[in-house]
Amino acid sequence: MTKQQANWSPYDNNGGSCVAIAGADYCVVAADTRMSTGYSILTRDYSKICKLADKCVMASSGFQADVKALQKLLAARHLIYQQQHNKQMSCPAMGQLLSNTLYYKRFFPYYSFNVLGGLDSEGKGCVFTYDAVGSYERVGYSSQGSGSTLIMPFLDNQLKSPSPLLLPALDAVTPLSESEAVDLVKTVFASATERDIYTGDKLEIVVLNAEGIRREYIELRKD
Amino acid sequence: MDSNQAGKQHSLMGSEAASERTLYPYVTGSSVVALKFKDGILMAADMGGSYGSTLRYKSVERLKPAGKHSLLGASGEISDFQEILRYLDELILYDNMWDDGNSLGPKEVHNYLTRVMYNRRNKFDPLWNSLVLGGVKNGQKYLGMVSMIGVNFEDNHVTTGFGNHLARPILRDEWHENLSYEDGVKLLEKCMRVLLYRDRSAINKLQIAKITEEGVTISPPYALKTFWGFSAFENPTVGAEGSW
Repeated sequence: MTKQQANWSPYDNNGGSCVAIAGADYCVVAADTRMSTGYSILTRDYSKICKLADKCVMASSGFQADVKALQKLLAARHLIYQQQHNKQMSCPAMGQLLSNTLYYKRFFPYYSFNVLGGLDSEGKGCVFTYDAVGSYERVGYSSQGSGSTLIMPFLDNQLKSPSPLLLPALDAVTPLSESEAVDLVKTVFASATERDIYTGDKLEIVVLNAEGIRREYIELRKD
Repeated sequence: MDSNQAGKQHSLMGSEAASERTLYPYVTGSSVVALKFKDGILMAADMGGSYGSTLRYKSVERLKPAGKHSLLGASGEISDFQEILRYLDELILYDNMWDDGNSLGPKEVHNYLTRVMYNRRNKFDPLWNSLVLGGVKNGQKYLGMVSMIGVNFEDNHVTTGFGNHLARPILRDEWHENLSYEDGVKLLEKCMRVLLYRDRSAINKLQIAKITEEGVTISPPYALKTFWGFSAFENPTVGAEGSW
């Protein structure tokens, strides 16, 4: 008798790309709004960005049901934190929580590829980038998702981040202004949309700075 | 399809007692198509229950109300749909028993169903359905979908199964805000007709359901007019030398 094969998969890839860029006093987090399955588009208007705390925003792509469950879990944990500490969670603190939450399901992972963006306790931009099981590091910029292979090299070229191996450590955040960073994000998504079938429809950009949170929407190619 | 299926263990899990979980769907329903119109939601589904390639049941109601404000349509395993209706029954009952003048809206019911589907998927024992949940509450229209592994979203028009390939493009082209009831029905019928022509598991006996602030109406079963009088069908071998 042959071993029984599974005839369904608990995972699906709903596609999409996410980007985050950290600046001296701002952070830009962006993601497209297309949700796909296989070669079909399910909807052109689905947000992959979730505000976890006042100064902390997460963009995730991958398997939407796992992403949603992860967002709900983190939001609930943040509520508890606020009750216990009487303050909002900082971005680095949420970064650690996300890593631990992902590793907790190391042997049945959340198929979710995340970038966390926000402001640290000094008001400087911070970006954390993750894999599906919680491995993470603080960086100056990152991209995840189906278009990341197209986007990341372009960001490397334009943002020229100093090597994290240098001693003394050099600042990873970009010297670009907020509007320059937002323009770069728009360019990057326009390019990714051309060649990645899972990226397109609309771009949602969230900018965090000292004044608060701002949201912008840009149309992308729908093919 | 025989009883020795019940004794097999699922290869993805560790060893455990004889499992009685869904491995394949048996009696299945075909696509559900739904759209938002001026006053609420319109939803259509045929009444077929297929047993593999046999059309076993021809009067399956795949559109059901859920509470005062929601309408649920399902494709996939019919027995799992019936179990979901039992879950919803209990949910609505408990909601009514609070007797506080509050009632669950379509958004809440959709969220509940999403959690149910996702949690079953986590236990490797999915409810083999794609669900469409539509409704109106306090003037706010809502239309969403959940798949058997918990993928969910809301949109102005939603389809399951083959509908995603055949009907959704029509809806993307012809749907607009504030469709009248008549235009909405015409558009749904256009989608269902294409599915009838091209989906092997579709049958020509369908119901259209409407939900507005006033309530739910589900039409009696009826058939669509079809046209087969194409010249290429009448003499299919004309031009094919040697064929008959």
